[in-house]
Amino acid sequence: MAPAPILSLSGVSKRFGAVQALTDAELEIHPGEVVALVGDNGAGKSTLVKVIAGVNPADNGEIRWEGRPVTIARPHDATVLGIATVYQDLSLCDNLDVVGNLFLGNESVRFGALDEIAMERRASELLSSLSVRIPSVRVPVAALSGGQRQSVAIARSLLGEPKVVMLDEPTAALGVAQTAQVLDLIERLRDRGLGVILISHNLADVKAVADRVVVLRLGRNAGEFRMGEATQEEIVQAITGASESAVTRRAARVAGAAGTTEVDR
Amino acid sequence: MSTVNSDLIGGPMSASTTGEPAGPDTTGRPSGLRAVGRRLRTGELGSWPVVIGLAVIWLVFQSLNESFLTPQNLSNLALQIAATGAISVGIVLVLLLGEIDLSVGSVSGLAAAMLAVFAVRNGVPDPAGIVVVVLICGVIGVVHGLIITKVGVPSFVVTLAGLIGWQGLQLYVLGPQGTINFPYEGFVARLTHTNLTLAAGWALGVVAVVCYLAAILLDQRRRRAAGLPLRGTRQVVLRVGTLAAGAAATVAVLNAWQGVPLALAILVALVVGFDLVLRKTRYGRSIFAIGGNVEASRRAGLNVDRIRISVFGLASAMAAVGGILAASRVYSAGQQSGGNDVLLLAIAAAVIGGTSLFGGRGSTYSALLGMLVIGSITSGMLLLQLGSAERFMITGAVLLAAVILDSLSRRGRRASGRE
Repeated sequence: MAPAPILSLSGVSKRFGAVQALTDAELEIHPGEVVALVGDNGAGKSTLVKVIAGVNPADNGEIRWEGRPVTIARPHDATVLGIATVYQDLSLCDNLDVVGNLFLGNESVRFGALDEIAMERRASELLSSLSVRIPSVRVPVAALSGGQRQSVAIARSLLGEPKVVMLDEPTAALGVAQTAQVLDLIERLRDRGLGVILISHNLADVKAVADRVVVLRLGRNAGEFRMGEATQEEIVQAITGASESAVTRRAARVAGAAGTTEVDR
Repeated sequence: MSTVNSDLIGGPMSASTTGEPAGPDTTGRPSGLRAVGRRLRTGELGSWPVVIGLAVIWLVFQSLNESFLTPQNLSNLALQIAATGAISVGIVLVLLLGEIDLSVGSVSGLAAAMLAVFAVRNGVPDPAGIVVVVLICGVIGVVHGLIITKVGVPSFVVTLAGLIGWQGLQLYVLGPQGTINFPYEGFVARLTHTNLTLAAGWALGVVAVVCYLAAILLDQRRRRAAGLPLRGTRQVVLRVGTLAAGAAATVAVLNAWQGVPLALAILVALVVGFDLVLRKTRYGRSIFAIGGNVEASRRAGLNVDRIRISVFGLASAMAAVGGILAASRVYSAGQQSGGNDVLLLAIAAAVIGGTSLFGGRGSTYSALLGMLVIGSITSGMLLLQLGSAERFMITGAVLLAAVILDSLSRRGRRASGRE
């Protein structure tokens, strides 16, 4: 593992009125590492993401960036540190082309007018460096497939040269082939030395790309696994908080019927 | 949008039609015919339906009455569309946001009334009066925008209140006398009663074509230097040739009567100017972005409220410009100024011209093209000695056809997963 974490959170708590959304949550991200953040609905994944993104700052707890303590009070702080977030609902404008979307709010200007040529060149370079396959950077994103759109959204987050990228359910709405495209892209982000936080419901995706899995349950850390050292059952147990649950009973039943313990694939 | 010289009569969507695949992984360029078919199915039609419709309308009227396509009639047509066309440019901006402004008719009437009171009753110099009136109306639009964005009232309702309220203010400003005449030889009257000299008309056309050609060549050179795909030579020749032929035909026809009307030059300048702002500036890009996806725009750091407010300000300012041109045309401002069907025609023109009611798609050229369609119907009906009854019914049918086309193309985009 890389020597020092680029981002580490410890003792993070967050309360919304009567709801304790996070209690003493911990998370560490190293450069060139994909960390999957998993948990049941309401486990605090989104809250933790929003704490890191500066959307909903933590009530207390410590955030360290490259070893020194920092405060992330608003989205701008996270951006300045080098944390980019790609939200689940794609934040793309269907009527604008790929270049327009990549540079939205951050356009290159030359003599007061948009410098389309500089932007188009940078867009092409960026997308080809990520091996994102799209017909043309000049088609409206409405004409792209779900996987291509997600890739454009992820590519846009890289324009600010972040060191950590958070992906909130990047494959939730995608088909099998498109999911594979996005997973490939996630591996390329890791190869570039970025720290990637992947929030996902889909344990198959997590198994495919994650180096480490951090499980949250009811706002607390409920386990941490290195990929390859944990079985899917162990992860599911950590998510549900019981060795005996609906999920494991079903797994045992199916395994018994099929005569195998492999149920996840 | 793709380059400094995107399609003259297309919005940002036309970028996709400029053809050259530029992506890192090109899947090949669709052939011309197949591209047209794809655009038909998927609803990226741009300005083509209205151009074809206009050609059909002209052919029909010409076959019914030979004096339709004469220089005199076409010159009149050009004059007739200037005022409402200017108002329609503002409507296009508002429609691009996915909003509506129903107050532009009343604001245009109010502008005419205020200008008459300032210039005729109180002796303010005409140019100064025009500037002040346009600014005041801009502030009116900003007030609409503030209520819409900060209070959260739908633009439909706020501007409906404006429609009624500003008309009331117009009547109040005019006072009991009702109508104020502008002097026949005054600055205001001359705005729509001046024609460029023959030479000036030709010069204008040549300058336009040369500027367009220069912009394309410059762009090609920069693209080559940047290693980006170039437009095909055939495409460049086609584009410049189309503009040159169109400009030459327009100037020749108008010069065959009394020369290019100043009012038409003003309208075209407004249309081109706003089109450049929309496609070439960050401000214009933000307007399209907000019309496409407000939440995405907000997340991208755009100041959505400020842009919306400014667009309503611009719409009202353009309404004022249109109102002043309309007053100039009839030498007076009265209680009827900005009334009747001005508002409806301005909105109809934008939609007929191809600007979507659903936001994010369109161009200021649709104001010009849509007004040409509406003006042609009006003018043709007059030549055929048909009254308002037939004119309204046919204009209504054309508007309906345009809205249906807009909705169908939106459905097409959805069906092909584009929205």
